[in-house]
Amino acid sequence: MAERITLQVTRYRPEQEGRPTVQEYEVPCEKEWVVLDGLNYIKDKLDGSLSYRWSCRMGVCGSCGMMVNGEPKLTCATFLSDYLPGPVRVEPLQYFPVVRDLVIEMTDFMVKLKSIKPWIIREDEKPLSEGEFLQTPEQLDNYKQFSMCINCMLCYAACPVYGLDQHFIGPAAIALAQRYNMDSRDQGANERLDILSQHEGIWGCTFVGECTKVCPKNVDPAGAIQQYKLKATKEWFKDFLMPWRAK
Amino acid sequence: MKETPVYTEYHPRWYRARVSTYWWIRQWKYLKFILRELSSLSVAYFVVLTLLQLRALSRGPASYAAFQEWLKSPIVMALNVVSLLFVLFHTITWFNLTPSAMPVRVRGKRLPDWMIAAPNYVAWLALSAVIAWLILRD
Repeated sequence: MAERITLQVTRYRPEQEGRPTVQEYEVPCEKEWVVLDGLNYIKDKLDGSLSYRWSCRMGVCGSCGMMVNGEPKLTCATFLSDYLPGPVRVEPLQYFPVVRDLVIEMTDFMVKLKSIKPWIIREDEKPLSEGEFLQTPEQLDNYKQFSMCINCMLCYAACPVYGLDQHFIGPAAIALAQRYNMDSRDQGANERLDILSQHEGIWGCTFVGECTKVCPKNVDPAGAIQQYKLKATKEWFKDFLMPWRAK
Repeated sequence: MKETPVYTEYHPRWYRARVSTYWWIRQWKYLKFILRELSSLSVAYFVVLTLLQLRALSRGPASYAAFQEWLKSPIVMALNVVSLLFVLFHTITWFNLTPSAMPVRVRGKRLPDWMIAAPNYVAWLALSAVIAWLILRD
């Protein structure tokens, strides 16, 4: 018989209870099973009322982020056998409001993501007939790391600054702003700087660095934010020393 | 159908967990961050100490001797040792963070992290050696 492991899963049923409770389930601990497999086993065999988000099961969609033993993890990439003999605590991503069980409310992130204009901004559009904007492999390499973000929000759950101040624009949104700023086809860096150089933007970050450590895609949001701080400081100095410089 | 139908309006009742004041105690990584932030107090303390030392120096030999006596008291010694440890912690943690703030690219390739952190340590050692030479010569 395969080994078994206990999952301590956070339940929150707003129509029944005012605050979350913990429910224990015992699931098989197959060698190749991840935490998400355990949750699916619960949903299929033990308790169909458990709610959680998931989709691709392969670290691409970014839906299955949860706290596993207090660490933000993609549950599709977190092996149960690493937690033997258990028990394993599974909680919704911290710092977000909980809608139900393991499902969090992510509107705040979506609004912030949109605010940094995550698309290519051009000052001078060229007609379609002139063809595409070309880019060298080096130019692609400049921003590629930041473009790997899957919006899983693990970095927000790792960021105590976001936990303490919900106005902070947060790691992923800033890294994605940097993704477009560093794209050779983009000309919108100044527009983004106005949003990001506010107090709730880059200056809210105290460089805890945990966002980078928990990122399943090695995006390095902490690096993006510090690099942005450096750039914003340089811009400020240039404007200060040369006030005649056109913005 | 005069009656108005009764709808159960769906409105999600979110649960928002309050962030504990002691969020930084439970995990070493967050405690380390708070210690790194606190270490700036030690940096400030050494700045003040140096200013006091300069003031004592400008007031003449008697004043400076008194200042040195004060430095020898066990409490000040203990404070200085603790502050030194904090300043070392401050320096090392920040030096190790420089690569992520300043990625340097040479011919399209990003330099490895240690190559960006190393010059800080070299400069630190060189400056310390110069200062040690200034103080210890004769």
